[in-house]
Amino acid sequence: MPKELIRLSNCAMAFDGEDVLKNINLYFNDKEFLTLLGPSGCGKTTTLRIIGGFLKPISGDVYFDGVRINDVPPHKRAVNTIFQKYALFPHLNVFENIAFGLKLQRQNGKKLSKTEISSRVFEMLDIVSLKGFEKRDVTSLSGGQQQRVAIARALVNRPKVLLLDEPLGALDMRLRKDMQIELKRIQQTTGITFIYVTHDQEEALAMSDTIVVMESGEIQQIGTPEEIYNEPKNAFVADFIGESNILDGVMHSDGLVEIFGRKFKCLDGGFKPMELVDVVIRPEDIDIVDVSQGMLKGTVTGITFRGVLYDIIVDFHGFKWLIQTTDLCPVGSKIGIKIDPDGIHIMHKSQFSGMFGDYSSFSDEYDEISDVAYEFEPEEAEGNYEA
Amino acid sequence: MKPKYFSIPYVGWMAIFVVAPIILVFIYAFTTPTGALTLRNFSDMGLFMPVFIRSFRLAFISTIVCILLGYPVAYILARENQRVQRVLFLLIMLPLWMNFLLRTYAWMSILENTGLLNQLLTALSLPPVRIINTEAAVVIGMVYNFLPFMILPIYSVIVKIDRNLLEAAQDLGANSLSVFRRLIIPLSIPGILSGVTMVFVPAVSAFVITQLLGGGMVFLLGDLIEMQFLGTAHNPHVGSAISIVMMLVVIAFVIIMNKFGAGEERTVGL
Ligand SMILES: Nc1ncnc2c1ncn2[C@@H]1O[C@H](COP(=O)(O)OP(=O)(O)OP(=O)(O)O)[C@@H](O)[C@H]1O
Ligand SMILES: [Mg+2]
Repeated sequence: MPKELIRLSNCAMAFDGEDVLKNINLYFNDKEFLTLLGPSGCGKTTTLRIIGGFLKPISGDVYFDGVRINDVPPHKRAVNTIFQKYALFPHLNVFENIAFGLKLQRQNGKKLSKTEISSRVFEMLDIVSLKGFEKRDVTSLSGGQQQRVAIARALVNRPKVLLLDEPLGALDMRLRKDMQIELKRIQQTTGITFIYVTHDQEEALAMSDTIVVMESGEIQQIGTPEEIYNEPKNAFVADFIGESNILDGVMHSDGLVEIFGRKFKCLDGGFKPMELVDVVIRPEDIDIVDVSQGMLKGTVTGITFRGVLYDIIVDFHGFKWLIQTTDLCPVGSKIGIKIDPDGIHIMHKSQFSGMFGDYSSFSDEYDEISDVAYEFEPEEAEGNYEA
Repeated sequence: MKPKYFSIPYVGWMAIFVVAPIILVFIYAFTTPTGALTLRNFSDMGLFMPVFIRSFRLAFISTIVCILLGYPVAYILARENQRVQRVLFLLIMLPLWMNFLLRTYAWMSILENTGLLNQLLTALSLPPVRIINTEAAVVIGMVYNFLPFMILPIYSVIVKIDRNLLEAAQDLGANSLSVFRRLIIPLSIPGILSGVTMVFVPAVSAFVITQLLGGGMVFLLGDLIEMQFLGTAHNPHVGSAISIVMMLVVIAFVIIMNKFGAGEERTVGL
């Protein structure tokens, strides 16, 4: 049983009468790597600031180890933060920046000794691969190096919880990937609870034990990366995590859904009979087959080479799908598709229904292609593909 | 239109009203009344040593008092919201809009033996103080007149300190006092340095204040120079020589202080 470390209970926040967080209930387990994921402005930083003690929620409580800490100031919380902008102290060099927290620490009312401070700073410099940089001015460092100083400055205090606010946001792709691995390694070796904020879904999937998907100040879903990806709770989550085609459907009975007037087998159940639902189909779960064998038939209207795969846009009755395939399907060709039952995921309708999932405006490039006059041909074969 | 044309009037202005007087002072300092080159004007400088020392001492004291009074004001000002800041600014700037002489006369009537201050003390049945015509009165006058020039540069530096840095420090365990000591003070040193320059330099050469509040008892460099140019001694050649020596000392002082300050800024965190 993992131990609960922090709990936000019915936390709400508003600025100038504008709701920014609405009734957040969330707990964080010890030694966990938890990611708050959501688009810009959804309230991720605000949530972190409440945990760090820089904001007081207008209602609700914050607990640390079972103790209510709403009124505990930031400097008394066993939490350290890596800020969205690194906020290194410009008047101090690398060593002094990292040592800042240690110089303030008291053990049984006594300051840490100079040798202890110095050995812990050098240990951190080693961990973040900045040996030899201790005398450097922080303003003379590259973005990646500043980032690592910020990490070291927080970690050296051995906090119980580390809050990271988009710590890799300013780095280039390559460095980002390296630092992701590095951060994950540090988290696993130190056993410190990481609360990580990002709006990059790939980063969240790659690093987290638990992902909390947020939108407009509300939690949309909490789960492991696999749960979030494979069983999104609503259209927003499905669209935000990975690519997805989101279609209107009607649930006939458990395991049977109607899309585009056809019935498809699926694995989900527990819906009311004939309930209107959102259906998610991931682009990689769609198999391209010969037109004659397709469950649905469509025309390829766009194609983009993505390295391993092609992204193709296929028009089914004016609704454009994204399909990922290794086969080359030229623009204009007619194809059939086949979807296995486990590739079809059913969600309840939500406030996000109808907002996402159509690839008509996938990109300018695709827009141009889809402008080409397209003849709508009624499909000959009717019938249900229940086999 | 090229922006550099706009600077022509400015350059001309500088040439006529700043550079020309300095050149004149130099010419005077190294010549005799008949126009012959000489170093004699500098030979009596030792005689004026006590005046030099007194001037620098009082300027130094005034500057320190300005820092002690001005820093908290600047700090409080920088933390207030925009509207309060504007009102407080107005209050700080208000005296500057009044004539310098009037301001100083006002202090005269406050500090006089039968002035406001002593009336107040008597009313509180405290013994009266004798301040007028002492060095203390001169220092009060200087502090009053130059304080805004200490507050403004410190304020403008503190107000620009990134709030994220303050939060980072708190996050790392700093209470308000530590944040102030380890972050705000070291980061505001550049503001203190320019404030010191802006107060110390005019304080060294102040002269009207000394006459009104010092009553001629506190004789400073400014008075000495004025006397050489306009007063009884009337020897602009010696006056120029004194001015040059004073200028050199002040320049040396500013350079040393900035060097010291730059070093201080780097090591203050240790
Ligand atoms: N101090 C503040 N005053 C007023 N509004 C604020 C304040 N802080 C945040 N907000 C608003 O709250 C909302 C959520 O902000 P928050 O910084 O938590 O977003 P975020 O999820 O961290 O976004 P990003 O990914 O862009 O950093 C935004 O609409 C923002 O404008
Ligand atoms: Mg943010």
